[in-house]
Order: sequence, then C-alpha cells, then structure tokens
Amino acid sequence: MTEFDSTRPPEPLVPRQRQRQRQRQRRGQAGPAGADGSREMPMVPEPEFTSYYGRPVIKPAPWGHEIAAYLFLGGLAGGSAALAAGAQLTGRETLRRNCRLAALASVGLGTVALVNDLGRPERFLNMLRVFKPTSPMNLGSWILSAFSMGAGVAAAAEVDRMTGARLPLGRLRRVLRAAEGPAGLQAAVFGPPLAVYTAVLLADTSTPTWNEARDELPFVFVSSASLAAAGLAMVTTPTAQTAPARRLAVMGVIGDLAATRVMGRRMDPVAAEPLHRGRSGTLLRLSEALAVAGGIGTLLSGRRRGVAVAAGLSLVAASALTRFGVFEAGIHSARDPRYTIEPQKRRLAARRAAGVTDDSITTAG
Amino acid sequence: MPQLSGPTDPAADARWPDVKPRKGFFTDTSICIGCKACEVACKEWNHNPRDGDLELLGSSYDNSGALGASTWRHVAFIEQKRDRIEEARDTGRTLIDLGMPQVGPPASTTPDESPVPNESPVPDTPEFRWLMSSDVCKHCTHAGCLDVCPTGALFRTEFGTVVVQADVCNGCGTCVAGCPFGVVERRTDGTAAPKTDRGERKGEQPDVPNLGVAQKCTLCYDRLLDDQVPACAKTCPTTSIKFGDREEMVALAKERVGLLHAQGRTEARLYGANELDGVGGTGSVFLLLDEPEVYGLPPDPRVPTADLPRMFRRAGLAAAGMAAAALLSFIGGRS
Repeated sequence: MTEFDSTRPPEPLVPRQRQRQRQRQRRGQAGPAGADGSREMPMVPEPEFTSYYGRPVIKPAPWGHEIAAYLFLGGLAGGSAALAAGAQLTGRETLRRNCRLAALASVGLGTVALVNDLGRPERFLNMLRVFKPTSPMNLGSWILSAFSMGAGVAAAAEVDRMTGARLPLGRLRRVLRAAEGPAGLQAAVFGPPLAVYTAVLLADTSTPTWNEARDELPFVFVSSASLAAAGLAMVTTPTAQTAPARRLAVMGVIGDLAATRVMGRRMDPVAAEPLHRGRSGTLLRLSEALAVAGGIGTLLSGRRRGVAVAAGLSLVAASALTRFGVFEAGIHSARDPRYTIEPQKRRLAARRAAGVTDDSITTAG
Repeated sequence: MPQLSGPTDPAADARWPDVKPRKGFFTDTSICIGCKACEVACKEWNHNPRDGDLELLGSSYDNSGALGASTWRHVAFIEQKRDRIEEARDTGRTLIDLGMPQVGPPASTTPDESPVPNESPVPDTPEFRWLMSSDVCKHCTHAGCLDVCPTGALFRTEFGTVVVQADVCNGCGTCVAGCPFGVVERRTDGTAAPKTDRGERKGEQPDVPNLGVAQKCTLCYDRLLDDQVPACAKTCPTTSIKFGDREEMVALAKERVGLLHAQGRTEARLYGANELDGVGGTGSVFLLLDEPEVYGLPPDPRVPTADLPRMFRRAGLAAAGMAAAALLSFIGGRS
C-alpha cells in the first residue's frame, strides 16, 4: 500500500462484491484488500483464523429439501407403525387403522422424496445391491424396505376392510388377513430404527454441525418422531382411543426438549452456532415453541376433540420444523469454512495441550 | 467389517487377493510454480468437462476455485506479506518443538543458528511470497466417502486408492458430505447448480459425461493398470508432483522437509504423512509452507466413520427408548 492509497475514497460496491467483502472482513482474510483500490480497506483487525479466500473447506451434501422432508416423514412413519402395533395388540381399531394408513402414506411420500433427490433416480435400486454396515444410507435403505413391506401389507388389509372387501384379491384375501398382524408388528419392529437411522446418516458426515451433534441427535430424532406420530394420531382419531397417543406425545415433547438442550450445550460452541442463529435457528426455536404448545395442549385436551386436533397439528409441525432446522443448520455449517476450521483447530490445540502430539495430520517430519 | 480407524494397509484391509504396493503422490509445494499444467492434463486425460462458466474469481491467479466434480487437481494460489511469512515460520517451529518424529538433520531452533544462514539455495524474498499448491484427492487410508457409499460404487483398488464406478453410482450424495477434505462432488451440467450468479453457459460445449453421479480423482486408475504415471505427475514440469509407492513418497517427503528445516525454512511441514492422524494417513502427501487452512485444507480432519460404532450404540439406545416409550404409553393406563 502506498501513502496515496490511504486517501483513496472507498468505491461503491455491487452487492456481490459487498458480500464477499463482508465475508473477508468477518473471516479476517489476509489479502491485498485496499491495496489495488478496488476494495474498501479492511475495517476489522487481525484474523482469528485464516481460510482460503473464505471458501468452504468441505462440501455440503448436495441434498435438497426433499431430504429434510424425508427425515420428517420417515420419523412420522416409524412412530405411526409403533402406535399402530400398540393399537393392534390392545384392540383399538380406529387408532390401528389410522396409524397404519399414516405409516404407509408417510413412508410412501418419504420414499418418493428420497428417490427424487438422487442424482440418478432411475438407479435407486442400486442402494440394495450390497449390504454395507459402514454406510448408514445403505442400512437405512434395508430398514426402509423391511419397514415398507410390513407397513404396506398392514395398510392394504385396512384399505380392504374399509372398501368392504372390494379389492380384487381373490384367494389372496385370506393370506392378507393372516399376514396383516405379523406385518403390522414387523413395521413396528423396524419403526424405531427407521426413525433413528437418519440421525446416524447425518452424524456420520464431515458436516460440522451434524457430526458434532452425533451423541444426541438420535435422541432428538426419536423424540421428534414420537411426538409427530402421536400428534397425527390425535388429529385423525377420536379421543376415546388416543389416550396412549397422548401419553406418547407428552413423553416425546419432554424427550425432544431435553435432548435438544443437552445437544446444544455439549457441542463445540462454534459448531452449535447454526442451531441457534440464522434461518435454521429460527426454525428450531419455532419448533420448540410449537412442541411446548402441543405438549400443554395434549395435557389439557382431555376428551375435547378440537383441542386435541390443534395440539396434534402443532406437534406434527414442531417435528417437521425440527428436521428442517437441523438439516439447514448442517448445510449452513458446511458452507462456511469457519465451522470446519475453528472447532478442528480447537480440538487439535486441546490434544496438544494434553500432551498428545503424535496424531496430527500436520507433522514436522 | 473393515478396520474403521488407525494405521493399516487399505488394499489388504479391503481383502484384495493380490495387493499391489500402495501408490500415492508427494506434492512438494515448495517447488510448485503454479503453472496449472496438472489441472489441464487431468482434465484432458479424464475427459472432464469445464465446470460452470469460465469466470475470473477476482481473488487471485486461481480461477478454478476448489476441487470439484470436474476439477480433480486444483492449484491454490496465495500471496503473503512479511508478517504472514514470519507467522508461518513460527507455527512451523512450534511444530518442530513438539518433538514430532523426524528424519534427517535436526532443525535449528532459530533461523540464526541455521547451518547455512543466508545461503539458502532457494531464492527467497523477505517482503512477500507466493504460495502455490496443487491439491488433489487424498486417497485416505480410511476414506470417509468410501465408508458411507451405500451402493458400493466407490471402491478400494488394489493400489490402495479410492475410485468411483460411474456406472454404479446413483448420485445419493452421501460421499460428498462424508469426505473430510471436500474433494468428491456430484457432477451437474453447470446449470442445475450454477457456480456463478451470471447463470448463462457461454460458448459451445460438448455433452457432459457422468451427469448426476459422484466424481473425483481416480489417481488415474486406468493408467496405473498399464504401469503408467498419473497424468498430473507426468506433466508436472518442476517435479512438484511426484508419484510412486506411498512408502517411498513419505520417505522422500521426510527427507525434503528435513533439508528445508536445515536451511532455516522452518515453515515447511508435511501434511498427511502421519498414519496416526484422523484418517489413518493419506495416499497423497503434501509438503506445505504454512498452516493447512491457509491452503483450504482442514487442520484436523477425522474420518466420521471412526465414530460409527459409538453412533450406532447411541442410536440403538435411542431406538430402544422410543420402543419403550410406545410400550409405556399403552400399558400406562386403560382408557
């Protein structure tokens, strides 16, 4: 920089430049800022960390909102199948029917969303060409298949009953009737795994916020799935049969609030930031408010259907918002190098301070 | 189940019957001149299309930005002033003082005590420097992308490298999130997810192959099978990119960093040569002249799958909790 540069007026910035400029300042990018007169002088002093021109270190998963929707729908389906099995075993027929239909509908929609998000949707069956325990996506595909089989048979039996045995089944009807009970239980067995595997799918990535949340995310997801399925049952089914759903909803809300709190507190503060700030933070705050409202509504609803429906809708919405919030927080954390570099530097420094000096990727020789 | 973390021979771990010596790169950034011949050779040999519009990024001489689906070698370019050079020298010295394993002559603690003060054969200016580094897929010992691939499209070769089978991959994108280095990417035609705001694709372009599937460096698997050197290493005019058996590459890297330290260039350090690191050591070893994040590399990468057993346990606990809650809600009272 020459002495003349200091008298040069700042040039007007086009929006894109301004954004880049802001990023560079926030990240304290070392660069020839101001020296060529094309940019403003840096207003923020020295960097607390460096990055390569503010570009991300890792790549965000190329997933659209279909995947966030699938996180929600998979949980809803898993929870609904569990409720349906309970209703099946305790003779609550309306609850059983509605939950079975909900399970099939949500898992069906979820699968469509999942396939649609693939880069090559026509190759979706390749998911099942291997069995690979190190890949949560692969295990999840198998869980999804086993679940869908059970949920499909159970729901088909319900549809057949609802239509007055008009499905063109012939002799298969007897098979269907015999199979529906075991099928319902099969779906229930694979329900909780279906609700929880997506948490491992997100956590087993290099996306900072998801990976850092790995210990608590499964608990957040099963709680969210429970309260969503219970909420939907409260919407679809008369209160006479939904006492178990109401209890599950309250347990789900308590679990959701507790797990989310613990998660936010235990994570690296920088990696946890997207859970509290920005759009994802807003979604998660809204989700928490709706979960609390839904939980209180559930406790107060008693036999009043109107209140139960409102509380149920609030719970379903809370679950959807949780999934979208967590999803967006992760994508956001991958796009900003700060969330990758700062926690990594911190943990490296912590290990070095503790005397562990042999496990760094950077070595002097 | 393969080994999830720690030192291992990846090809043997993948149960190859005829394991070949593990191949790798040693990218010595201290002699890189930033000519980008490696980027060009890579694109030509692998028939990689251009990604997005030809656009000047306006930040440096680097206009390819980052590694991606169609950019398997990426030359980073950084200009630094005196304070940053001194900082890099300091962080390098701290690293040496940590007593990390070393080969070659012990480095001096201060540049003044250097055995050859001011006689460095490397032309150097005190005022500023340009850092150039050709980045590439690390071909990790424990590859995050390979571990999480649900279709088996990604596989470990007999040379210990990691390759995508483009005809098997269904583009689920899990590997993209799995990679701790941001290397692998799902290929788009440049319009579905444009890199730029300008949007339009200019000029005539050939059809983009392997659309919608994950793409990354194969360490020229096709060339290795014919005992050929990968295109980038073959073309590198300064031998900054060296290719060979990984063991030899690591030995070469240690020798080189020892030499630079002996010249007082304490900023020199190795990246990926330690098999105890979070990814079990990388197939592509680098000699860097500053902290890794300066080049856009993660300072402490860890393959996420290393924690997978624990994650499964936590998930199992959570699923059991959910089942118990459902059970409780039905036996908690009759109504």
